[in-house]
Order: sequence, then C-alpha cells, then structure tokens
Amino acid sequence: MDQNSITINGHTYDFEPGQTILQIAQNNNIDIPNLCHLKGTRATGACRICIVELEESWGKKLVSSCSTPAKKDMVVHTESPEVVSYRKIYLGLMLDSGNHNCDIGSAADESWTDFQIAAMENDKKEELCPVWGDCELQTLAYRYQVKGRVSGRHRKPLELPVEDDNPFLIRDMSRCILCGRCVAACNEVQVNQAIDFGFRGNNGKIIAGTGTTLMHSSCVFCGECVQVCPVGALVDKKNLGKGRPWETEKIRTTCPYCGVGCQQLLHIQDNTIMKITGVEDAEPNLGRLCVKGRYGFDFVSSQDRLTTPLIKKEGKQVPASWDEALDFVAKKFAEIRDRHGADTMGVLTSARTTNEDNYIAQKFTRAVLKTNNIDHCARL
Amino acid sequence: MTNTIADLETSDLILVTGSNTTENHPVLSTFIKRAALKGKKLYVVDPRRVKLVDLAAKWLRPNPGTDIAWINGLMHVIIKEDLHAKAFIEARTENFEALKEVVASYTPEHVEKITGIAAEDIIEVAREFAKAPAAAICYCMGITQHTCGTDNVKSLANLSMLCGHLGKPGGGVNPLRGQNNVQGACDMGGLPNVFTAYQAVSSDEARQSYEKAWKVTGLPAKPGIPVTEMIEKAYAGEFKSMYVIGENPMVSDPDLNHAEKALANLEFLVVQDIFQTETTAMADVVLPSLCWAEKDGTFSNTERRVQRVRKAVNGPEGARPDWDIICDIARRMGYDMQYENSHEIFKEICAVTPSYRGITWERIDKKGIHWPCPDESHPGTPILHTTQFTRGKGLFHAIEHQPPAEQVSDDYPFVLTTGRVLYHYHTRTMTMRTEGLNQMSPECFVEISKTDAKKLGLDTGALVNVSSRRGKISAKLQVSHKAVEGTIFIPFHFAQAAANKLTNAKLDPTAKIPELKVCAINIEPAA
Repeated sequence: MDQNSITINGHTYDFEPGQTILQIAQNNNIDIPNLCHLKGTRATGACRICIVELEESWGKKLVSSCSTPAKKDMVVHTESPEVVSYRKIYLGLMLDSGNHNCDIGSAADESWTDFQIAAMENDKKEELCPVWGDCELQTLAYRYQVKGRVSGRHRKPLELPVEDDNPFLIRDMSRCILCGRCVAACNEVQVNQAIDFGFRGNNGKIIAGTGTTLMHSSCVFCGECVQVCPVGALVDKKNLGKGRPWETEKIRTTCPYCGVGCQQLLHIQDNTIMKITGVEDAEPNLGRLCVKGRYGFDFVSSQDRLTTPLIKKEGKQVPASWDEALDFVAKKFAEIRDRHGADTMGVLTSARTTNEDNYIAQKFTRAVLKTNNIDHCARL
Repeated sequence: MTNTIADLETSDLILVTGSNTTENHPVLSTFIKRAALKGKKLYVVDPRRVKLVDLAAKWLRPNPGTDIAWINGLMHVIIKEDLHAKAFIEARTENFEALKEVVASYTPEHVEKITGIAAEDIIEVAREFAKAPAAAICYCMGITQHTCGTDNVKSLANLSMLCGHLGKPGGGVNPLRGQNNVQGACDMGGLPNVFTAYQAVSSDEARQSYEKAWKVTGLPAKPGIPVTEMIEKAYAGEFKSMYVIGENPMVSDPDLNHAEKALANLEFLVVQDIFQTETTAMADVVLPSLCWAEKDGTFSNTERRVQRVRKAVNGPEGARPDWDIICDIARRMGYDMQYENSHEIFKEICAVTPSYRGITWERIDKKGIHWPCPDESHPGTPILHTTQFTRGKGLFHAIEHQPPAEQVSDDYPFVLTTGRVLYHYHTRTMTMRTEGLNQMSPECFVEISKTDAKKLGLDTGALVNVSSRRGKISAKLQVSHKAVEGTIFIPFHFAQAAANKLTNAKLDPTAKIPELKVCAINIEPAA
C-alpha cells in the first residue's frame, strides 16, 4: 500500500504530507502535552514538552512533535519512559525558572504551608499565583509528579516588576516560562506586533514595544496573549481572582459589537459575566476577539439599565406599569393610524437586536400598523 | 460579503477601500493582515493613513469623494493594456461596451487631477489587480456614505467583474458590515421596500403569500420611506409617530440639530432600549428591553452566516425581550401575535424566507450557515455568484465621477470625514460603561495633519471650535500622521461633541444613505 501512515503508541494513522506528528496526534485525540504550540502559527519547538520518541533503524531518537513532519512508516511513542523522564526535567526547570509558588514545588520534607511561606518570602511575592488551578504548567506538573525547587528558599528571587499600568491586563514576567505563545499570538495571529522576545540568555524576557509597557506600545488590548498564556504571566484585570474555571458556566454566543460575528464563551458566575474568551477553532473568528468583544461587557450588569416603562406626563418621564404603558402605546398608535393614516407612522427596527426581534418588528409594522415605513440604521 | 472572512486569507491580492478595518472590524482585519504577512499584495485606498497601511504594498490616497474616478482609472488601464478577463466578460456579463466607452476618458493623468492619486500608482494597482489569480475587494462606509454611494459600490462591482474575480475563492466584492446584526435586520425585512429575503412589498405574489402566512388582509403594496426621509417628513410636520427600537438616532443621524427638531415635531415617540439615551430622553413612552446576553436568538454576520445568540444571564427585573414587547402591543391593537419563545419565531422566519428555509437552530448549534440555504440538506453558500449572478448575467454600469454635495469654501476650508475608533462602538451607550474603554478613548478629538495644525498655530490638546453650515462643536485637536492636509477626521461616538451636528444630510438618491464622509468645515481656536 502506498498510503501515508505512521504508528503512534502501537496504532496506525493516515496523514497528509506536511502534517506534523503533533497535528496527526491531535486529529486522532491522542494527547501530547505541550506549552508553546499555537495553532495557525509557525512551530518554535521552544518548550520541549511535546517531545516524543521515534524508533529508528539505529535506535531511539527524541524529537519535538510540534516541529517534526510525519514521514511514512514512522513509529512514535508519546509516553515512553525516556520521554517522560525528559519531560520531568523540562517541567522542573520551568517551575524553577520563575515565581511559581503553587504547592507544586513542595519538597517531601517541607509541609505545604511552610513551603508556601518560604517561597513567597524568597520571591518577595505577597499574592498567590492568580491562575492557581487554571495553569497548564501546574496541570502538567501534577500529571508527571514534578517538584520544582527543592526548598522554598533555595534560589535568588526573580524581581521583575509587575506591569499593570493599562486597564485590561496584568503582565508578571516573574511567572513567564518564555514559551512564546503570546509572541506568536500577537505577531502571527492578531498581527498587532506589539510584543516580542527581548534580551538574551538569563535576561531573556518578553518585551512590549522596544522595552516599554503595553500601554506605550502598539498594543490594542485584544487580549489574545492572555487567552493563550499557559501560566500566570498574563491575566485579565477584570474580576481578578473571581470566576475560577470550575465555578463558572460557559455559554457560547455571538459577539454584540461589529458585523464579524465572533463566537464567544461567556463565563458566568452568580448571574454575572466574569470574563469572555474566544471559542477556539470556531468559525469565523477561530478564537480571536478584539478589545470590545473581550472586555466591553460591563454594560450588561450596569446599574443604569432601564427596568421600568416610563410615560411622559406634563413634560416629565415618570415610571409606569407595563400594562399602563402598553395600553397607552396601543391606543395612541391606533388613534394616529385611524386619524392621520398609517403612512404617517414609522418604525425603526435595530441592527443591534436579533433576527427574531427584527422579524417581529417588520411583521408588526406591516400587518398591524399597515405601513411599509420600517427601516433601521444600516446606513449610519 | 460575496465571499467569507476566512477566504480573505487565501486571496492573492486584497484591495481595501473606505474601511478602517483594524479599528472597525478588528478580528476580520487579522485575516487581511495574515495574508499580507504571507506576502500577498495588500493595497489600501483611503483618505486617511489608517493602520492597515503599515502592512500594505502601497497606500493610495484619494481626495474624499473621488472614488468613482480612481476605480474608473483602474478599469481604463486594465482595458487599455488588454488585461481584462475576456472569457468571463463574454460568458457572464453584459453591457461591457458601455463601460468601456465611459472609462475611456479616465486616463491615469486625468484621474490624478481629480483624485490626487499619482498616475503611476493607478497603473501599478490596475496591473496587479488584473493579473492576480484571485483578488478580493473589501469596502465599508468610506465607499457607501456618499451622495454617490450606490454608484461607488457599482463601480467596485464593475472592477471585480472586469477581472473575473467574482464567484471564486479568494475573490469577491466584500462589504464589511458594521453592526452585529445589520445583515440580519436587512434579511428580516427591516427595510421599507422588502419583506424577508428581499421579497418586494410591491409584488402581488409576495404580499399574498405573507397575507396567508400572517392571516391578515390588505398588506400595503406601496413601499415605505427610509429613516432619512421619515426625519424630513417629521421636520415638515407630515409624520406623526415613530417607534424606535434599540437605536439612538439623536447621535448617529446626520445634521443632528435638524433631526432633533424633527423628532420634537412628532405627535408620539416610543423608544425601546436598554439605557436612557439622547433619543429616549425625547420619548413620550420609554420601554425597557433585554440585551444580547439575556436572550436567545440569531444574528447574521457580514458573511451571511446565521449564528446563535444564547441567553447567559437573567436580565434586570422589569425588562422584557423586544419581540415580546412588540407582540404585546400588537395584541392590544387587536392582532393575535403570540409566540412561546424566539425559537418558535425562527421557525416562522424559515417558513416565509426562501434563503433561510434550510437553517435550523440544531444545524447552527456549533457552526453557523451562510444563506442562501434553501433546504435542510443544503450546506449553505459561502461564496455567491459561482455560476451565475442573481439577475443572470452581471450588468456593467457605465458611471461618471460625481463630486460630493458640499465643497470647501473660504469660510469652510477643510473637508470633514467621520467614523469610529477601536475602543468605542457607535453612540457609546454600551462601551461607555466599561471604564477601561473610556480610559483608552476618553473624549472626542479632531484629527488633523501636522501641516494644517501648524498653519492654525495650534498643537495636540488645543481646544477648538469646529463649525459647518449646520452646527458647531468643541473638541481637542489631535495632530496625527493618519491625517492628510485639508482633511479632518472626527469620531461620531461622543454625544457631548457630536460630529453629526456638523455632517450633511444630503442623500444618495437610490440607497438614501447620507453623505457622512464629506462635508465642509472650519476650525478655530476656542476662545
């Protein structure tokens, strides 16, 4: 047979030329952990977590599955003892590289609390990591039972200032693992070109502009970087610490702003929108949102919402019951229609409401008022 | 859009005109920017140096209101150099000779005089556009909000047909629709001349089928009037009542002083909204409605994709869904209009709307469907006009350049063009409730070129009075590299300094769209 196929963990899968091992695995629901891969962008192979073992004629070989194209008859193992042992090393180095003060790092002879206190003192951090329980690094550390630093106090603190001079997000580079997902998201997905890798070696970090803050760069606060960050380096400012993933219900809907129709997930807790994220892989936006779609939802729970009908009496709008208001409207509409003719009446329906609302508005105008004077602000 | 959003990334060339895409359609712009990054040609034709220009092969800068001229100029070069798609023109279009005759006089040199675009740039873009295997055109209100808006759009359609870029992946003529459901509001018959799916109210057949479906008699055959004419009639005292649902014309309409008098003239004004606005303030009755996150339904996006809207939270006590309020009024007027929920309404929509007939909420649960979708086995239509146009053959329109309704003068020496900024939406009733958005864009501004600012002896931050023949506002100057000498930009979001007090309400005779993109203004330091 001339079919392109590879073997992963003993099972055979077909593939298209050019597909990477990771893509084939993902298409077939085989979980290869990774921390830097981002769909739709160039593979960087930066995190090394997605390594897999290849059986070659001369022996074994470890490669990063995100950047290795599949070849006919390749034999791949995703969780071999060797793969797992290397993943543990990489995860340990990452945990050790920054202020990851979750209990992951706890050594056997130190209780959680002692470790925590020690780590926070050592790191000069008073806050717990804001993504505790919602962190891909932490999840993998649990999965592979990796401990970070041996003791809370063992290393020089990473003293990087937390950047929060903008209204939408917080950047804490002391929690960054330099996976580069945010850089790819900003430069290749949203193409805003606001952030990049800066400096070299031990000083390497993600910089905004030429080393300023996001507020002074070309950042437009689309929040794509927050959505892709696997750790706590980039977090939304809004509702910080609230709406943990296991506490919220996620409802998919369509964005209420421009006509692109981005698919959003509303994260709901206690009848309130806690945050909004893009629906990964869903057309048309493929997970992307803009600043309004991601952060402009406060109007929903605003105290200024109208909650009662108002009728103008003696020049002043006063609260009225629904019955009173709708009877009045119905009476006036009928009166004007009968006295002046239906064509002296008009309805402005709305490009903001649903198809169902619009359909009913035109049905009402034509079937009840008996005029075709209906329009909306398509032209404005 | 004739094509889809994702399709843009597959184009060989994208021509963007009259669209500040990165600010007004940010996520759609990512597809255009990604195409540019991959080395695909991007041309931007716009009076402002919008951000998309950063990634463009070239920026062509027309004088405001000269779009027909540069489009005719491109077509002149394409025909002269024999680059037009002869087989496509022969098989799929008609009236090519008339087009050829009109564009004959639009030499690049002549076009340069009208538009200010260098003749060699016209030639370059014409050649590239014609030679590209698939070239997409994206346009927005910068093309349509002119007294010749309809002709501008027809000219772009001419250009695309001339090169055979319609009806295939990566091509198309793509209007970027500015509001979440403006496509749907049109599809649903929220227009004076058509029922759903653009079935003419003047058609006996359409009316009869609706009379049967709605169990009524005597549906009016005479097309209604658009909002711009309602305002005129109200001003003249010939219009008695308006029922405004989820709109704020007191900020979004042109020539606001005039519009305010018109609304004040009405005998009865009902406004249904989620907040108090400049328009609800004038209402005899205000009705509180639920917002997007509080109701179920559908929106239709700019690529004709019908998608689900889902209730995520309970709305404030006292507010009701728009459809429910309208049905209640209808019942009180003696017409039985009753639905269990919006899903039941959607089923009725599909029954009376040929292009939506095959769409169900189950089918669009995870992935929306592009209309037309005539039956439930139909996959939808991502790309229009693949084998023939709606009318059969594509009709070329021979169109001459027409100057804007208002020209600059000694008293009003600047051209004003209006639009939106990234951080706000329309009349700000929603975005102003988010502190961060206000922080990023706190107030109105008057965008001006460095040269013009210097001439006025003013700099960024200076408070100026801006006046037109219709009104006056005050706002701070913002010197910007986006602005070209002689042209001023002011966002229309801010009620406190409403740009629409200045704008001209002169209409395009066909689409009745106001010329919001060109009017003459003066700028003076505020005393």
